Amino acid sequence: MNTTFKSRDDRGFRIGTGAIAALVLLVVLGIGFELTRQSLLSIAKFGFGFWKGTTWDPVSGEFGALPFIWGTLYSALLALLLSTPIAIGIAVFISELSPRALRQPLTYLTELLAAIPSIVYGLWGVFVLVPAVRKLELMTPESWKKIPLFKGPPLGVGMLAAALILAVMVIPLTSSVAREVLKNVPSTQREAAYALGATRWEAIRIALGFGRTGIIGAIMLGFGRALGETMAVTMVIGNNPQLSASLFAPQYTMAAVIANEFSEAADELYLHALIEIGLLLFIITIIVNLISRVMVRSRRTA
Amino acid sequence: MNEPKIHVKDFDFFYGASKVLHGISMDIPDRQVTALIGPSGCGKSTFVRSINRMNDIIPDARGTGTILIDGKNVYGRDTDVVALRRRVGMVFQKSNPFPKSIFENVAYGLRINGGGSKREMAEIVERSLRRAALWEEVKDRLHSSAFALSGGQQQRLCIARALAVDPEILLMDEPASALDPIATTKIEELIYELKSNYTIVIVTHNMQQAARVSDKTAFFMMGRLVELGDTKTMFMTPKEKMTEDYVTGRFG
Ligand SMILES: Nc1ncnc2c1ncn2[C@@H]1O[C@H](COP(=O)(O)OP(=O)(O)OP(=O)(O)O)[C@@H](O)[C@H]1O
Ligand SMILES: [Mg+2]
Repeated sequence: MNTTFKSRDDRGFRIGTGAIAALVLLVVLGIGFELTRQSLLSIAKFGFGFWKGTTWDPVSGEFGALPFIWGTLYSALLALLLSTPIAIGIAVFISELSPRALRQPLTYLTELLAAIPSIVYGLWGVFVLVPAVRKLELMTPESWKKIPLFKGPPLGVGMLAAALILAVMVIPLTSSVAREVLKNVPSTQREAAYALGATRWEAIRIALGFGRTGIIGAIMLGFGRALGETMAVTMVIGNNPQLSASLFAPQYTMAAVIANEFSEAADELYLHALIEIGLLLFIITIIVNLISRVMVRSRRTA
Repeated sequence: MNEPKIHVKDFDFFYGASKVLHGISMDIPDRQVTALIGPSGCGKSTFVRSINRMNDIIPDARGTGTILIDGKNVYGRDTDVVALRRRVGMVFQKSNPFPKSIFENVAYGLRINGGGSKREMAEIVERSLRRAALWEEVKDRLHSSAFALSGGQQQRLCIARALAVDPEILLMDEPASALDPIATTKIEELIYELKSNYTIVIVTHNMQQAARVSDKTAFFMMGRLVELGDTKTMFMTPKEKMTEDYVTGRFG
């Protein structure tokens, strides 16, 4: 008797959760479908050339997404480079080094950072970060300015300001996921290291090694977040679509161009081109997120 | 030879407010096997973990009293805990290999101790695996993951890992609880062979095992050392009624 009840319960539960999962999948597919439908004109006209085109000229009806793709990936990648060591450092400090009494408040504080609205970061960027970056640019020696990485006039707004603000915004997410991963590393791993005469630092390295995939996943989640971030970036990146390696050059991102130009897009093709950028962003973020989720979940590898 | 390797005097241990070891005093002889027996929860693990200060990493846990190794205070102010743990190896109740290859698991202790040449490393790894009776099973896949090994193989890997750093004292907390009879026999042979060079403390729930491998046996109950003596005496003619009941299985 009992077992039949149990299995029926189980089945109901499975069907219920399965339905919800299917619904989520349906929503995602629906969004993808709708984005495709709304960008058909642009897809038909430019084909794969849209990915590679470098001009963005609404007046002559010439649309290429490459500068935006570049700006998005470059800023997110730079943000990743800047935020990863700090985020992992915070995670290690909170979970491995700090006195236990400090753990809760510190966790709370980093999580609070994640709750600040994007626009507030943007305002801080405009009033604090951009002037600071400008000062830095003015201090850059002339000889350095010949290197492509530092070319361009000292405007303050540009790639560096965007990368910095993204880094600050991404740190809470990456560090809280990394902290969770470290917390889940069995204490027997650290004990095994200590018992062999490991120092604290060596034991931490063992814990990081055990959670390696999860931590890479945390970094990727941060990357996904940086890819999609719109408001704060729009306010500090300079909004100029150009393929430039320079940290000082004003550039543009996919999310930013959609936010800025959507309401002005007068003709159909312009609108479809913008929506196609949305579709590309959607695809890129889904791929990044899928990879990172899989990585966070599969903690055990060797 | 007559000086004890480990000398314990009036050792108490607390997890927070609860006292789990009460005034333990005992001498552990050099180059012999001392078995710790007693019912579950009586403090055997806590006691062995106190010898290499493994309990330091548990928050709010603390020990008071004296533990001397070669006459030097383990809990002294100037004790270098890292150096202490390099001298006092440990095999845990549950196997805990690192997410590395079999080779790297065994080599880990050497690497953090400054390493050695490639050849030295390979030699030590092979010797340690042989001693832990694992070499034949893994020699063709030294560079595959340690997690791919069976539970019993993982435990022998952990033993090899502990042996690789060549400790003076080896603490083994129920090392054979996850092993089949054949592997258990191998481990017991290993212990027998090792004791000419090492001081071994082994926790076990298996009375036959304690009788087979150890020279001395200590019987713990509820955080107290009830009786300590030559293994033969402890099993044949113990002084305490409690010991007799426990070793003959009439306990509780
Ligand atoms: N980390 C801990 N925090 C609090 N109490 C603990 C902790 N570890 C062990 N104890 C308690 O200390 C007592 C002794 O535990 P210990 O693990 O030393 O026993 P044991 O003799 O090794 O038992 P077993 O044979 O089951 O391994 C038990 O009452 C246990 O509940
Ligand atoms: Mg135990």
